[in-house]
Amino acid sequence: MQVLEKQQIMTGSQKLIEEKKTIIEARDVNVFYGHFQALKGINLTIKENSVTAFIGPSGCGKSTFLRCFNRMNDYIDEFCLDGEILIDNNKIYWNKIVVEELRKEVGMVFQKPNPFPKTIFENVAYGLKIHGIKDKTYIEEQVVKSLKDVALWDEVKDDLKKSALALSGGQQQRLCIARTLAVEPKIILMDEPTSALDPISTAKIEELLFDLKQKYTIVIVTHNMQQAARISDKTAFFYMGDLIEYDDTKTIFTNPKQEKTQNYITGRFG
Amino acid sequence: MTHLDSELKQIKQQVIEMMTLVRNQLAKGKNAVLTFDKDLVHEINANEKRVNAMELSIDRAIENTLALYTPVAVDLRFVMASFKISADLERIGDNAVGIAKYINHVNEQLTAADLDKIKFVEMYENALLMLENVFEAFEKEDTKLAREVFVKDKVLNKINLNAASITIQFIQQTPDKINNYLYLLSIIRKLERVGDLAKNIAEELIFYIEAKVLKHHKKK
Repeated sequence: MQVLEKQQIMTGSQKLIEEKKTIIEARDVNVFYGHFQALKGINLTIKENSVTAFIGPSGCGKSTFLRCFNRMNDYIDEFCLDGEILIDNNKIYWNKIVVEELRKEVGMVFQKPNPFPKTIFENVAYGLKIHGIKDKTYIEEQVVKSLKDVALWDEVKDDLKKSALALSGGQQQRLCIARTLAVEPKIILMDEPTSALDPISTAKIEELLFDLKQKYTIVIVTHNMQQAARISDKTAFFYMGDLIEYDDTKTIFTNPKQEKTQNYITGRFG
Repeated sequence: MTHLDSELKQIKQQVIEMMTLVRNQLAKGKNAVLTFDKDLVHEINANEKRVNAMELSIDRAIENTLALYTPVAVDLRFVMASFKISADLERIGDNAVGIAKYINHVNEQLTAADLDKIKFVEMYENALLMLENVFEAFEKEDTKLAREVFVKDKVLNKINLNAASITIQFIQQTPDKINNYLYLLSIIRKLERVGDLAKNIAEELIFYIEAKVLKHHKKK
């Protein structure tokens, strides 16, 4: 029978993503917290300049997996990773890797905006300074550029010396993204970046992600299914440490292959 | 049951009710033609308003469901299919009215021999059977049953294809009944259209259940 399967109809943007260079590659990744196995044999590749969403119920391992990409889990005592994660073809769990350098390449934005109790300017400049950059002109340029990139410049240009804590929640989160961008990473990891924000601030961040993917690769963990559908090119569904399905977002939300995925995205899980 | 499940169940129930009404409308159209019963025509006309109201009600329910529950995957396909199916049903309802109205425009009943020659009853029975197939398929989510209409539609197409030459013969033999014969040909054309609409419903069902797009493909 000659029929068009929905997944066979590939749009132009989907084709473009498939043709892009692989920037993140996970090979048979297992993660343990002591005796508890949080991730089970995950294999996945992420193309550059794309937005990838990780979805799944709480405790499924999506945030653990995200935090593997910049070795944020290293701070957890019983954390143990087996397998390989490559960023730009470099094995990031190789013992000679400089973790600080890795985190310059792979920035992170958290669920709750976490500006430092410093001025707006100092917040954005902070990353550059701790990486040893002293050129004031360069720092100023980067601060302005980063604030413009997150569409915050017009709102704060006259208040750069004011405390970042005086900003609204949405502005603080965009400031934190600007702080991440200032050190020019290749990848930005976002762990539920809008879950603490109102719909307007959420819309601004989502719009921002659309613009940012021209320059950066974005991986986002979200519990908001519609957000994943709106903003991402690819979606990975995790359940109890397994990667159940990883496909184009359009396919995941119109015709997922796995019953578990369908049950989860349609709200019939369990 | 989730809120969305409850909404989807209600939409399905509304579509099934519309299917039943439209099927009855078409069946009554056949009886109206065969018995020349003008009261039946009035009844079909009156019921047409109910068909239209049902379409609007389903449209509203679907609009609300999309706006409030943003369904995805199989739920989204169900909503999309239901939206198109209700539009197809409304057009089948229009055709039933069109067929029944025929007897308001002619002076005398067509003979059984003429109806037999053009295969009116056979075509009508097939069209009704196609509707029953797709309606049952929708209720039971049975794509095998839905696919049966593709074969039945070929019977309708063949009868429709031969109808023009048979009508010409009728007119040549009895020119003073030209009006009747042209209306009869028009009924045949409407039934052929009903077959196409039933086929559309089958395609929408297969899209909803199997996520396969059969539209605009010759091989089903």
